[in-house]
Amino acid sequence: MKRRLLFGTLALCFGILFLASCHGNQSALNSAGPQAARIERLWWLIFSIILAVYVIVLLWLGTALWRRKTTVSLNTFPPPQKDLKPERGATLVVGGAIGLTVLLLFVILTASVLTGHAIANLNSKNPISIDIVGHQWWWEVRYEATQADQTVVTANEIHIPVGQPVVIKTSSADVIHSFWAPNLHGKRDLIPGYENALWIQADREGTFRGQCAEFCGHQHAHMAFFVIAEPLDKFNAWLANQVSTPPSPIDPLAKQGEQVFLTHTCVMCHTIRGSGAGAKLGPDLTHLASRTTIAAGTLPNNRGNLAGWILDSQSIKPGNKMPPNPLKSDDLNALLTYLQTLH
Amino acid sequence: MTPVEQAGTASVVEVDSLQRLEQTWKDPGGFWGWFTHVNHRSIGKRFMVTAFAFFLAGGVLAALMRLQLSRPENHFLGPDLYNQIFTMHGSTMMFLFAVPMMFEALAVYLVPLMVGNRNICFPRLNAYSYYIYLFGGLLLYAGFFTNTGPDVGWFAYVPLSGPDFTPGKRADIWAQMITFTELSALAVAIEVICTTFKMRAPGMSLNRIPLFVWAQTIVAFMVIFAMPAVMLSSTMLLLDRTVNTHFYNPAEGGDAILYQHLFWFFGHPEVYIIFIPGTGIVSTIISTFSRRRIFGYTAILLSMVGTAFVGFGLWVHHMFATGLPQMGESFFTAASLMVVIATGTQVFCWLVTMWTGKVVLKSPMLFALAFFFIFIMGGLTGVLMASVPVDLQIHDTFFIVAHFHYVLIGGAVFPLFAALYYWMPKITGRLLNEAAAKWHFWLFFIGFNLTFFPMHILGLRGMPRRIYTYPSAMPWRNLNLLASTGAVLMTVAVLIFIVNFFWHVKHGEIAGNNPWGAATLEWATTSPPPVYNFAELPTVNGRDALWDASPQQPIVTGLDDDCRQVLMTHVMDADPDHRDEFPGPTPIPIIAAIATSIFFIGTIFTAKAFFPGIILTGIALLIWYWPKRQASLRRRKREIWQR
Amino acid sequence: MRELRALRPAILAGSVFIFFLLLGCAREQRNFREATPSNETGEGVQMSDIAPGHSADRKPNANPYEDSAYAVSQGKQLYEMYNCVGCHFHGGGGIGPPLMDNKWIYGSEPQNVYETIVEGRPNGMPSFRGKIPESQVWEIVAYVRSMSGQLPKDVSPGREDHMYSKRPEASTPKEHPPQTNVPEGQRQK
Repeated sequence: MKRRLLFGTLALCFGILFLASCHGNQSALNSAGPQAARIERLWWLIFSIILAVYVIVLLWLGTALWRRKTTVSLNTFPPPQKDLKPERGATLVVGGAIGLTVLLLFVILTASVLTGHAIANLNSKNPISIDIVGHQWWWEVRYEATQADQTVVTANEIHIPVGQPVVIKTSSADVIHSFWAPNLHGKRDLIPGYENALWIQADREGTFRGQCAEFCGHQHAHMAFFVIAEPLDKFNAWLANQVSTPPSPIDPLAKQGEQVFLTHTCVMCHTIRGSGAGAKLGPDLTHLASRTTIAAGTLPNNRGNLAGWILDSQSIKPGNKMPPNPLKSDDLNALLTYLQTLH
Repeated sequence: MTPVEQAGTASVVEVDSLQRLEQTWKDPGGFWGWFTHVNHRSIGKRFMVTAFAFFLAGGVLAALMRLQLSRPENHFLGPDLYNQIFTMHGSTMMFLFAVPMMFEALAVYLVPLMVGNRNICFPRLNAYSYYIYLFGGLLLYAGFFTNTGPDVGWFAYVPLSGPDFTPGKRADIWAQMITFTELSALAVAIEVICTTFKMRAPGMSLNRIPLFVWAQTIVAFMVIFAMPAVMLSSTMLLLDRTVNTHFYNPAEGGDAILYQHLFWFFGHPEVYIIFIPGTGIVSTIISTFSRRRIFGYTAILLSMVGTAFVGFGLWVHHMFATGLPQMGESFFTAASLMVVIATGTQVFCWLVTMWTGKVVLKSPMLFALAFFFIFIMGGLTGVLMASVPVDLQIHDTFFIVAHFHYVLIGGAVFPLFAALYYWMPKITGRLLNEAAAKWHFWLFFIGFNLTFFPMHILGLRGMPRRIYTYPSAMPWRNLNLLASTGAVLMTVAVLIFIVNFFWHVKHGEIAGNNPWGAATLEWATTSPPPVYNFAELPTVNGRDALWDASPQQPIVTGLDDDCRQVLMTHVMDADPDHRDEFPGPTPIPIIAAIATSIFFIGTIFTAKAFFPGIILTGIALLIWYWPKRQASLRRRKREIWQR
Repeated sequence: MRELRALRPAILAGSVFIFFLLLGCAREQRNFREATPSNETGEGVQMSDIAPGHSADRKPNANPYEDSAYAVSQGKQLYEMYNCVGCHFHGGGGIGPPLMDNKWIYGSEPQNVYETIVEGRPNGMPSFRGKIPESQVWEIVAYVRSMSGQLPKDVSPGREDHMYSKRPEASTPKEHPPQTNVPEGQRQK
């Protein structure tokens, strides 16, 4: 009796602990869109089946052990096989268990295939199309448009309107990465030489964190991104802002900062439209100040973090491609002021 | 003592004969003599000690990882060192511990004893396979200690491990280590298959072979089909890196996904190669400690065969996130679910065996029972991974880490400890301490669950794998600390086992021939067995040799005891076929292993080593295979020519 | 047990072996924040081997990055990223002179190449002073020298994951540029 209680409690504990996984951002069990919701339903279906099977098997084992006789000697051999009768009852039990297993597996297979079919795409004639190119260790985000001058290029942050299907086309500039925003959908690999498509949709507002989920080198751990789902009008406003070129700075300090940007190493890797800097090696900084994080989701975007990142990114993300930039404090001050005007 | 046991021990009359057998079959002592051993138990013990040493090394690496991950944004290990450590941990555990221990060590030691013969087939190849394994492991660790340890994951996906993104020799050392260890496994696989099919005790027809021996034989076939795939993928990687081929270069017509297909075509059967010996061990131990023959012998055997076959059709479930066509992926879902049926059958048969038997809870049985708690949970979470949509969420997260540790530790490490407690008395002649065994068991069981269960939740909460640190803002801190605490318990448990091992060598209770009253043939001889394994070679009357033996069970006679003569039997019913002579101690295996190593290691650094290496190896093999005059003359005298 | 005793010398030998191995391997070093060799040696770079009287013996400046395969591969990536390929292509030259042959207009020592990149040169080589950080310049220097096979084979990069344009540096035979700032008797062949 005690053993049965023990096993049952253990199994129940495991079950409860699983429920504790419904926790906030970047959780697979906190779906914010139809894709993740379908997956979550399938998850709970399979989970309840396997939990039941686990409990039954443990109860079977527990009972078998509980029934044992305590006084058995290892020195006496059991009788030889020829003296034993065939075990029909046991055969039926095992056969029945196998049959039940096959049945449950069919249920799981059917549910899985149906769900897979449902999440393959969100039928939409006019989805918002976003290209994501994986780099070591940041995300290049491009919103394609029919007119080339309406293309939006940004980095590490994706905005989508609530309730509309979005197709994400993934490819990689170097090694294999994996795009994963668990609140919205499962993951899709970014593989050089291939282009994969992932359909997502957010059904509520929110900021959903995602992270690279395929080991890609030194800073795989610090390659996150944010998907911000907002109402359609706010999304359109954001998109229009991203397309626009920021005006030349008026503030003298910001003007000086722009000069610092163009005369130091920054201009070798980064684009700021309107300033003349057009290198495409690092993230596009044209609207840097409109982003919530820097360094692929590693740090919140504020003056202090920006300063630390510019001066010595290697101590935050050792191995990343941005070198340390020992700037004089005047130059740094001006540069930060300039960067913070880039909304 | 039953009559068959009596037949396995010496009777006074035949002392002369036993002395001659001892003279003929013993391997030389001393430091240099050690390198010439061809006795399967000597080599098997070396495999066990070496594999266990790698297990401890892998455990230390894991402890370092858990230390780094115990706190968010920890600075204990930088990214480069952490990446090397987790790659070394995975490579050590998978290539240098799991297969060498579960398959090579246990099969080499136990299979010849269980089939009732004096040595394993191809004894020199056996010794060679050990040295190759050892040198491969030493190569990998020599790399690690010189900052040349691989840092690309144990699976080393391209393009990250390719020439463009991993400069230096790190990935080359990894790739060549694979060549070493897979060559070793292939050699042992051939030996096991030949031993099982041609060297069984008369009367041990195919349907009377112990399930453990069947398990190892099935695994041997899997090794032969699976290992070449990884040798191919790693060699192609090596060629890309050293001689500028374009196998994995998309710009020149190669394919990064090709690597994944080749690797996982090996990788999935690999885990069954590790797991099926575990089921063989569990079948044996449950039968012995339920004091009855195993229920469903045929069902269990067919399940293992089914697992082996179906296991080759599952590999794409490691690649569901790569964007392969949906219909193809569904096929692999179906296959991945199908394999559950095979494993489930074995579990149900074991449960019935225990239900209808009389269970004795000794230490081997405790560890075998842990299989049910741990492996089954891992197998059931595997069902979640078989489903493509769910896998897209949990792939490459800590959920997967939890899953495979549950199946690998539950399906291999716990059965391994069960096997060690069960067979150590046969190997050393003394029993391990039961009280310490119980401490070991409970600490390891609780520590394991504390370490790995929270990882399921971490994965669902979004924590990906292979990250050297994580932000403190994510809700992962407490569970990681819990996992790291559990690792401490596991370490203590393993230390208790090591202390128990060293204690029992001097102070353990003398085991006698058959302390567990077990059924298989290794228990028919002394503990430890003499160098010739059995004073008189046994015959078999049923599936459980010692339990089904008749009171006048015959023994094998007619073999010469002045040379290493063995009886070879027919495949189906083990009728005597012919006598063969096995080679005695010789240094040629280690010389050939050194030549092979020069070849393999040289080609990592320069293509110019290719021809000298091949020539050296060729010379060594020539010496090896050159017929020996005396042995040839003895063979001619033995042979009976039909006219 | 006999086997355990026999293992003792093996364990001893193994420990000694491991101790020596712990000395590390320069090829695999990955330094992410390195104090770089400074340009300010105070001696400048001698461009001609003709001098009045006797010349003091001077060792050519070495580039410590040339021991590190990681640094050289970073240099290769930077060569691409900073558009050196725009003028020099993949070493074959175009608008700019070739970099994989044995004709070095301004000398082949690491110091010479560093000066070329940082100062710029007449006839179109831009000056990258202040634009490319010093440590990256040295990485590019190491890579440029590897393009003519000056670096050991195990440190030079292998093939890249791009279209095949030329033999990778690790397979490039060593060119022998004339040495300018080493006295005649001490030049290596």
